[in-house]
Amino acid sequence: MIEIEKLRIDFGGAPVVDGVSLAVAPGERVGLIGESGSGKSLTALAVLGLLPPGARAAGRVAIDGTDVLGLPERRLARLRGDRVAMVFQEPMTALDPVMRVGRQLALVSSKARARELLELVGLPADTYRAYPHQLSGGQRQRIVLAIALARDPAVLICDEPTTALDVRVQARVLDLIDGLAAERGAGLLFVSHDLAVVSNLCSRVLVMRAGRVVESGPVAEVLAAPRHEYTAALLAASDLEART
Amino acid sequence: MIAVHGVTREYRRVTALKDVSLDVRPGERLGIVGESGSGKSTLARIMAGLDRPTAGTVTFDGRPLPEVDRRTLRSSVQFVFQDPLSSLDPRMRVADIVAEPLAALRLPGDRAARVAELLDAVGLPPDAAGRRPHQFSGGQRQRIAVARALAPRPRVLVADEPTSALDVSVRVKILDLLLDLAGRMELTLVLVSHDLAAVRYVSERVAVMRAGEIVEEGPDALTDPGHPYTRELLDAVPRLRR
Repeated sequence: MIEIEKLRIDFGGAPVVDGVSLAVAPGERVGLIGESGSGKSLTALAVLGLLPPGARAAGRVAIDGTDVLGLPERRLARLRGDRVAMVFQEPMTALDPVMRVGRQLALVSSKARARELLELVGLPADTYRAYPHQLSGGQRQRIVLAIALARDPAVLICDEPTTALDVRVQARVLDLIDGLAAERGAGLLFVSHDLAVVSNLCSRVLVMRAGRVVESGPVAEVLAAPRHEYTAALLAASDLEART
Repeated sequence: MIAVHGVTREYRRVTALKDVSLDVRPGERLGIVGESGSGKSTLARIMAGLDRPTAGTVTFDGRPLPEVDRRTLRSSVQFVFQDPLSSLDPRMRVADIVAEPLAALRLPGDRAARVAELLDAVGLPPDAAGRRPHQFSGGQRQRIAVARALAPRPRVLVADEPTSALDVSVRVKILDLLLDLAGRMELTLVLVSHDLAAVRYVSERVAVMRAGEIVEEGPDALTDPGHPYTRELLDAVPRLRR
């Protein structure tokens, strides 16, 4: 499981993440909502020790009780994939463009397992020999998801995994994430700007703005009766239907 | 106003548009929706004269496009792109960016006064004129792009995914701005987007595109869809559960 306590991230100046605390228990689904610059993605990256150069993190971030802030890369690498895995927004940048996707899958598992994983994410067997550029955006994101699930992580972190996809493809990839996480009892930390997506996928939600969590609670409560004016404004802006 | 008739656009190996016909009527707010690769952007560019069809005709006020001189077309039909940062020259001051079409089209008049008027119309402060694009947020940059597009007093504004790069709270402000401007300036608005909610919010009539063709077109296309593909698209949009 993931525990974040009073996380603070800065780049030498004012903090860009300030006092963020959250936990994802096994099997739990937590949505992290915010607009650009809210600090939601940095918070997610901090869990995996993937903060960009120059970022300084303080507070506590633990995976299964092991504090990951300041942990040597070698030990972090072991936690990544095994305990916590991540799916990024843009699959093209997450995949190696010059390696067949089957081999990329085999690298984190085995050849036989790679074939199973392809089937698991609903891709035909001949995808094994394809290069990323030969696949559609949705297929690439399925590969990224397969790689993330290869070692059965306890928690899956998804950062805007479907933002770059067409709406019908988005629906299928979200269903897939939903189903595979449920089957494995994996926890989910789902980072998104899209309240509707989070409302369908998560049970708890945190709303971030300018580096801070302004509101958190069960999805149904937060979205039905937001206590913070920013959450209310975000809801109003998201729901164009209600404005017409 | 703009009539697209039997237009096909082929690139080397792909056919982006297949025998597409669509009219843009004066004063209307027309939406064009579709997924990536549907041909919606190609159609928008062809309507605005930024691209030419391989076959078929496009007329503006009844005259075929190649015969309409560039100056008339450019001052009558303007375009707003998805990513304001890449469509605005970072080295130029906002005043010069907004006045650019006036200079390019050699339109007469007091440019500084026109720039001030335009900045006001899109809700930017007067001192924005002296600043550069990077000093603004994404939404403000899109306002600058809209101001520039409106500079030559076009009759048609074609906006291609104008809110796709923006945060949700900014998206609605830009959509409201477009609605407001269309009403105040009697603009004909063509909104091209994959965002069904945005198109439904803004448009009076919608064309739904798939694989280079219009599958359905009409005022109720997104409220009471007649084509199974449109229904499939609408069903895939995640609904806010609360």
